[in-house]
Amino acid sequence: MTKTKNPPETFREKLSRLEAISEKLESEEMEIEDMIKVYEEGMNLSKECLTMLKDAELKINEIKLNNTKI
Amino acid sequence: MSKSTNKEYYSVSEITLIVKELLESNLNDVTVIGELSNFKPHSSGHWYFTLKDGSAQISCTMWKGLNSYVFFTPQDGMKVILRGRVTVYAPRGTYQLDVKSMQPAGAGDLQLAFEALKNKLNSEGLFDEENKVWIPQMPERIGIITAREGAAIRDMYSVAKRRFPLVELYLIPCQVQGAGAAEQIAAALDQFNDEKNVDVIILGRGGGSIEDLWCFNEEIVARAIFRSEIPVITGIGHEIDFTIADFVADLRAATPTAAMEMVLPDQNEIIGELESKGTELEKLISDRLTEYNNRISGILSSRNFNRPVDTLRTYSQKLDYENMKFTNLFDGAFERIKTGTIHLTEKIYLHNPERIIKKGFVLVKQANKFVGRGSQLFPGDEFELHFFDKKINILPNDKDKKSSRDV
Repeated sequence: MTKTKNPPETFREKLSRLEAISEKLESEEMEIEDMIKVYEEGMNLSKECLTMLKDAELKINEIKLNNTKI
Repeated sequence: MSKSTNKEYYSVSEITLIVKELLESNLNDVTVIGELSNFKPHSSGHWYFTLKDGSAQISCTMWKGLNSYVFFTPQDGMKVILRGRVTVYAPRGTYQLDVKSMQPAGAGDLQLAFEALKNKLNSEGLFDEENKVWIPQMPERIGIITAREGAAIRDMYSVAKRRFPLVELYLIPCQVQGAGAAEQIAAALDQFNDEKNVDVIILGRGGGSIEDLWCFNEEIVARAIFRSEIPVITGIGHEIDFTIADFVADLRAATPTAAMEMVLPDQNEIIGELESKGTELEKLISDRLTEYNNRISGILSSRNFNRPVDTLRTYSQKLDYENMKFTNLFDGAFERIKTGTIHLTEKIYLHNPERIIKKGFVLVKQANKFVGRGSQLFPGDEFELHFFDKKINILPNDKDKKSSRDV
């Protein structure tokens, strides 16, 4: 099983890791221990992503225009 | 000032004053058409330019507070209609038009200015497809340039909230119509690029007249969009409105709402995908486990795997057989020995001397030995007679006779 350097943090990272896991499970012959590990990771990622979406609150930040001559 | 005075001449100031009063009282609200030239926006905010036609020209000024109502940036060669008053500047003895409002001479002229700029920028490559950047599929941060109050920002906010609330919006509020709007928009684009904090920029404005949208046709905006390293999406006005900004942008959406929809993924689709991914994973793993299960039962029932057991069974059977055979043999032998023993015992019993003595025979014992033959008896010595019921000791009386053993 190849280890990712850092656990995925952002939604985008989690989503792409999940896609990679599903591809791996589909295409690779792996030890059953690794398979179950990867599967659990995938299920957790899926849950985390859903929670992130559910709990998301849209943020809007206002930035002042620097150009003061106008 | 009246000619009725007997003065022979006027002073310069007097005549200038007369001219000033004549001109300014008669020409205090005039509308003039002409072509712009020498247009110079001064850093003070005032505009200085010349209006001319084929055979004459007039200097013009337009003050800061007034020129901000002009929706377009005047360009040399543009035909405009000016409204204002004629003033005299005594220190220089010049007159000029003090402009209160400026409009393009006609829709045709605006269109002409538009086409001219469009052709110029197009020939410079600002609209080329190869210069356009890919829009990120799932931006984490979106920069928005639009008015703080207005339908555009409200619409974009609600689209973002519905479609993908994980995104972060960064708004640089700008004036989006009138003079100065173009400069603000360009500055905001540069600012987003300096800060490099957002993945994509939406330049948006709700619908309006061609004059209202004119700032998006300004060259300064077009160049700022082209300069932007961050992808720019325009959503300006309605479907039918095309501005220069739309041509330069990396992606053109018909409206601010459409721009936000194009740039954000739909969370419902993602949720669906996530859920099906979960099911898919479960199926993958259960398929794999079933496969392993089948493999194990296949092995368990295979001939090879069962060979040792079979062999063992064969040996065991053989062993049992040998065992039985041996037992049978042994039992037979034992029986025979037993029978023989009984037979012998009986035989031995038949020869028991007591049986004979019981019948009335007598045993003779001399010197602790049974004497079986008469020739072995020493008649002179002591001997015993053993009857079945009694032993009798015999002492011979003949003392002369010597025992043969004494010899």
